[in-house]
Amino acid sequence: MSGWRHDSLGAEIDRDRPLRFTFDGLSVPGFEGDTLASALMAAGHRILGRSFKYHRPRGLWGLGAEEPNAVFDIRHEGSYLPNARATLSYAQDGMQVASVNAWPSARRDAFGLLDLAQRFLPAGFYYKTFMRLPWRIYEPMIRRMAGLGRVDPDYAPDADGVQISAACDVLVIGAGPAGLAAARAAAEAGKTVWLLEDARHPGGALRWRGGEIDGTPWRDYARDTSQAVEAAGGRVMTDTSLWGAFDHGAFAAWQRGPRPRHWRIRAARCILASGAIERPLWFADNDRPGVQSAEAALHHLALYGSLPGRRILMATDSDHSLPVARALKDAGAEVTVIDRRAEVPEATGLAQITGAGIEAARGRRGVTAALVKGEEIPCDTILCAGGWTPSVHLWCQAGGRLDMDEGRDMLVPRPGTAPMTVIGAATGTLDLAAAVAEGLAAGAGKTPAPKAPKPRARAPLRPDPARPGRQWLDLQNDVTLKDVALAAREGFTSVEHLKRYTTLGMATDQGRLSNFAGLAAMAALTNRSVAETGTTTYRPPFQPVPLSAIAGPARGALYHPLKRLALEEAHRAAGARFRDYGGWLRPSVYGQGDEAALAQSEARTARTTVAIFDASPLGKLEVIGPGAAALLDFTGYVRMSTLRPGRARYGFMLSESGIVYDDGVVLRLGADHFVVSASSSHVEGVRFVLEDARQDRIGRASVFVHDVTQAYVTLTVTGPDARALCRAAGLALPDLPHMGVGEIAYQGARLRVARISFTGDMSYELSVPARHAQTLRARLDAALAAFDGRWIGLEAVMLLRAEKGYVLIGKDTDGSTMPQDLGWDGPRARRDDEYLGKRSLFTPEAASTARRQLVGLRVPEGGQPIRTGAHLIPDTGLRRSLGFVTSSYVSPVLDRPIALALLEGGLQKIGQTVRLFDDGVVREAVVTAPCAYDPEGERLDGRA
Amino acid sequence: MQRFPCPFCGPRDETEFHFAVEAGHARPEPAGAVSDAAWAAYLYEAASPKGTTREVWLHLTCGEYFLLTRDTLTRAVNASEPLPGVAP
Amino acid sequence: MQRYSALSLLRQGLAGHKGWQSAWSKATPKPAYDAVIIGGGGHGLATAYYLAKAHGLTRVAVLERGWIGGGNTGRNTTVCRSNYFFPESVALYDLALRLYEGLSREINYNVMLSQRGMLIAAHTPAQMEICNRIANAMQINGVDGKLMGAAEAAAKVPLANTAPDARYKLMGGIWQGRAGTARHDAVAWGYARAASALGVDIIETCEVTGIDVQDGAVTGVETTLGPIRTERLGIAAAGATPGLMAHVDVTLPIHDYALQAFVSEPVKPCLDTVLLYLGTGTYVSQSDKGELVFGGGLDRVPTHGQRGNLPVQEAVTAGLLEMFPAFGQLRLLRQWAGVVDVVSDSSPLIGPAGPEGVFINCGWGTGGFKAIPAGGWLLAHLLAKGTHHEISRPFDLRRFAEGRLIDEAAGSGIAH
Repeated sequence: MSGWRHDSLGAEIDRDRPLRFTFDGLSVPGFEGDTLASALMAAGHRILGRSFKYHRPRGLWGLGAEEPNAVFDIRHEGSYLPNARATLSYAQDGMQVASVNAWPSARRDAFGLLDLAQRFLPAGFYYKTFMRLPWRIYEPMIRRMAGLGRVDPDYAPDADGVQISAACDVLVIGAGPAGLAAARAAAEAGKTVWLLEDARHPGGALRWRGGEIDGTPWRDYARDTSQAVEAAGGRVMTDTSLWGAFDHGAFAAWQRGPRPRHWRIRAARCILASGAIERPLWFADNDRPGVQSAEAALHHLALYGSLPGRRILMATDSDHSLPVARALKDAGAEVTVIDRRAEVPEATGLAQITGAGIEAARGRRGVTAALVKGEEIPCDTILCAGGWTPSVHLWCQAGGRLDMDEGRDMLVPRPGTAPMTVIGAATGTLDLAAAVAEGLAAGAGKTPAPKAPKPRARAPLRPDPARPGRQWLDLQNDVTLKDVALAAREGFTSVEHLKRYTTLGMATDQGRLSNFAGLAAMAALTNRSVAETGTTTYRPPFQPVPLSAIAGPARGALYHPLKRLALEEAHRAAGARFRDYGGWLRPSVYGQGDEAALAQSEARTARTTVAIFDASPLGKLEVIGPGAAALLDFTGYVRMSTLRPGRARYGFMLSESGIVYDDGVVLRLGADHFVVSASSSHVEGVRFVLEDARQDRIGRASVFVHDVTQAYVTLTVTGPDARALCRAAGLALPDLPHMGVGEIAYQGARLRVARISFTGDMSYELSVPARHAQTLRARLDAALAAFDGRWIGLEAVMLLRAEKGYVLIGKDTDGSTMPQDLGWDGPRARRDDEYLGKRSLFTPEAASTARRQLVGLRVPEGGQPIRTGAHLIPDTGLRRSLGFVTSSYVSPVLDRPIALALLEGGLQKIGQTVRLFDDGVVREAVVTAPCAYDPEGERLDGRA
Repeated sequence: MQRFPCPFCGPRDETEFHFAVEAGHARPEPAGAVSDAAWAAYLYEAASPKGTTREVWLHLTCGEYFLLTRDTLTRAVNASEPLPGVAP
Repeated sequence: MQRYSALSLLRQGLAGHKGWQSAWSKATPKPAYDAVIIGGGGHGLATAYYLAKAHGLTRVAVLERGWIGGGNTGRNTTVCRSNYFFPESVALYDLALRLYEGLSREINYNVMLSQRGMLIAAHTPAQMEICNRIANAMQINGVDGKLMGAAEAAAKVPLANTAPDARYKLMGGIWQGRAGTARHDAVAWGYARAASALGVDIIETCEVTGIDVQDGAVTGVETTLGPIRTERLGIAAAGATPGLMAHVDVTLPIHDYALQAFVSEPVKPCLDTVLLYLGTGTYVSQSDKGELVFGGGLDRVPTHGQRGNLPVQEAVTAGLLEMFPAFGQLRLLRQWAGVVDVVSDSSPLIGPAGPEGVFINCGWGTGGFKAIPAGGWLLAHLLAKGTHHEISRPFDLRRFAEGRLIDEAAGSGIAH
């Protein structure tokens, strides 16, 4: 216990609103405004987690997304969040907070003993062992040890994330001093500015360091900037992570709050002011609880009044961190500055040891002393000010390159390599006035002048391989300097190999603390410069983003939303059960009970009296104009220019590779007017094939294509009493032959009637504009009872068409099926004009007689139905597939199973017995023609 | 998320578009005079250049095919134009 | 080759790990080789290894323009499986799986093949019929595949969505018990180490800038490190293959697309199978480190840039959460993209191409990782013998002119 709370400091907590939460079962006090990190620090908790591999005790390091150690599972008021960073989570009354990767708690972790075996567990040890038995034997143990938090199997966050697309003139990322200045200048130039800030409040480091922007106290400047931005039509969003930079000025942001939002922002210009992150220092056991970022200490003191200890050492090599030491001293801590520089300006009132650094930390469960110049100095906290690493992730995401700025010892953006302007600490400018000047210039639309090189003042801070003990580079993933040395020794010297072999930079802090150190260490070990060693690539997200925010509301009914029938409610009222058929929600059967039995019964009715089904999803594409016939001749396998007006013809559409893409009936309503029916799931595709030929071949002025599928409702009346039912319903249908088409007036609109049959029985397809669907349905429905007819669902329709051997494209065909395989060789043999897919029907493979062809199958008398998906295999020789069963039903009218199959050379095998294979069981069937019922088609004109 | 300019509708998000084919593939005809190899080349071959490419795209929302010139590596869009002989 | 074992780890541990040698030698190019392989990914390195191991050819160089294993080998979701429909595909991918099964011991490098099983999940009776068709195709081809019912499938993925309003309910699917995952980097490094030990030169940061041809036969390559002579050239360069073949005026039936992959923050074990949902097209497994590794469809804009787009990220993530509502608790840790070379029929191209002595192994599209051992085995056979292995013959370029495509998506309705 060493942390404490100052009795007055803390600009962002409300001492009048105390709260309590539990951490690993212990009650922890805090105030409204605290983060979990600041409250735990103030309450004196030091061990907040365990490392990933060795289970070393770990305390708080940082102040934001870079925090590698304090990662918690949080339960609060019915919600649950694993792997939350303490630095980014606000304390709330009643929260239950648990450490991760430790059992039973971070304080007392049974796996802590693993650290004793560390010397046998170097980087990549698992590649060298566990090979004697299958990995699957060792794996469960390894997997249990790995991972951070736990998924709560019983908690599913609501799918209520909001997703919004927006656009702006200027996107400013980061509302520190540079970002505020840029936003202000851009807004004053009349631009629509979006200013996004990751933290709860704008101000950046000025929130804890204080200061002026452009001569104005920073709070006032921030407030005035918000007003200026909003006045110019822009917006300022805090608690918002800009996490992804994409092509063509697109960005993704996650806004936190009670209702998180996922923003997609398209910006004409982007100004990146994402700041920098303090770099650690490297000494033996630099991972002990109590070793912290110096800047984070000031952050926690100024915003929350939390101090990490009472006897504090601060190691630095610049003046930039002296305000940290001074503030801690003023708050009542005993502070000694360990300055690497031999000659330093006198820091008034601060104890100083110059020309020195920390050599090692002492204390197993928390710092008790530091080794400096070979002497142990008692302390409870070691603050590290190791310099700064610019946050260039988004720059790199946008394709930007980096240069090594030797003077500043930083990797900084190389201007002109990404469509962004980078300002402030993100480009290495730590001086406040200079950062503000860069912001004002960038906001006014100026390209920043190349930065003057800064001479290198002294040798850069680096991990020192000569030092004894283990120096941590990646805290969460337990990667030490020795691991990098091992990687170098074994040839994993490319930065990406280093990363992958040691897992350096792959933890949830995404390498914010470790990447530069690892890179620099590898450079030193291989006698290369940092620039020669290269940098790893940064990928979205900038910081971990909830999957639920990215996914948004697309779940359940809103995920791949189903298309719905205009008459859905009426069908439901009539007892329909619904199912997804190719993206349409359609009745499968009507009534209660076993679905297969209902389908049988419905099919029997359709064969004996009359049935009605809703065929509205069937595509209806109007093709109109003098070029219409030529268009359809080219895009179709079967010629349509020879079709007479008032008649319909069945045909196929092929892909250019000759494969059957769709089938359907084309109606010719007039000389220049056709309606193409497409399968319900192919409407868009067929339309674009027609458009392609129209625009690129036939001529766009001579023909138009119009998709009217959703504008009409189609009800199909089928069965021996179909005509009688229509008449009884008061429809004065014209006397049409099979495949005849006509129109009648219907309530001031037109009702199109087509004698097209998908069941093999006399059928009337009745299409009316959707607004008349209810009355048409009601009329037909009212007439049903007198004929003992009924509504039938898709299952019965599928059965009826299978009895007739009518194919369903995609079910009874596959991606190799050509029209001749379905018994339609005529156009291939006879057409001498060009049509889509024609040449492909004449390749050596297409001409083969051993192609898979559509046949029917009949099981021996009394045999059980064949399962769809069973394969046909040869009688003798090597077992191989000759094809497979594509459709299988029990026919109620034939009182036996029927099936369709694609069979190699099938058309030559009709009458032969073949063998079927299904899940290891082999049985026999006889090959037949596809049509099992009424092969002469006598029923098409009524009772046969 | 890329943004492509439809010659008829203006700039739109990439999700509204569908890549059709690389430009310049003339359909060899008549079928009887086309070799298997020539037909396969027409159907399947693609230069897939790393750099500038000219392609036919479909704007799904307006149904128009058009020509797009762009860079497959940098994703810069250079030009977008209607099919030959069509006024935008 | 320095042997890896628990004992060697123990010994080196006591010696401060000072005695480990470089996993593979960092070679510089010699003037000539018996065979040169362009591409130091899994396929290229495996080719080199099998050339040396199975065919005794050791004057072999692998040329890699960046660092080995840095292309799609290091960018995929690490799934190994052979649950395909066409016998040609099953033979190919099962050869790979069988080689994977003995790989760690053979090359003395733990590639962590975790045969945890894979479920391709169906949601409608129509999809179950397709699954039965595939399961039977697998069985007929001698591969372990079976149709699994709803209850058994649900037991394999306990967190799968069973809510009444689930868009895609788990009705069952195809189960392959031998399928699983492997550690992708280890496959590249392991093959590199084993090949290097047999005398193969692995040359990194060496980009091929030209292919030399005389009298219709290959005589060498031009590289950024100078010319190299060879009469046998293997190309296993995935998305870069069309550009390389352009040097010899060969156009391939390939389009290059970006394919994205995603990992969540690591959590304790919560998913013990590889899962592909036919409804969402999203696939997912949990890595040994605890991250959920997932992916979905291609970014539909042809590209050579290794960047992903936001709409696909949203769609794939929504797919994952529709499958597993509890995963809405988790956060996305990393996203990346690789450039995949997609052939018109989505099956690979293996065989001679262009000048005599040039053989290609590419077009693996979204599924190259699982095929690495087979791709290497078959390309090595071509380079050593000059003719096809029976398993690679159907994947020859000639299939397009002959109209003999091997289109899995069209054959089974399942895009791999």
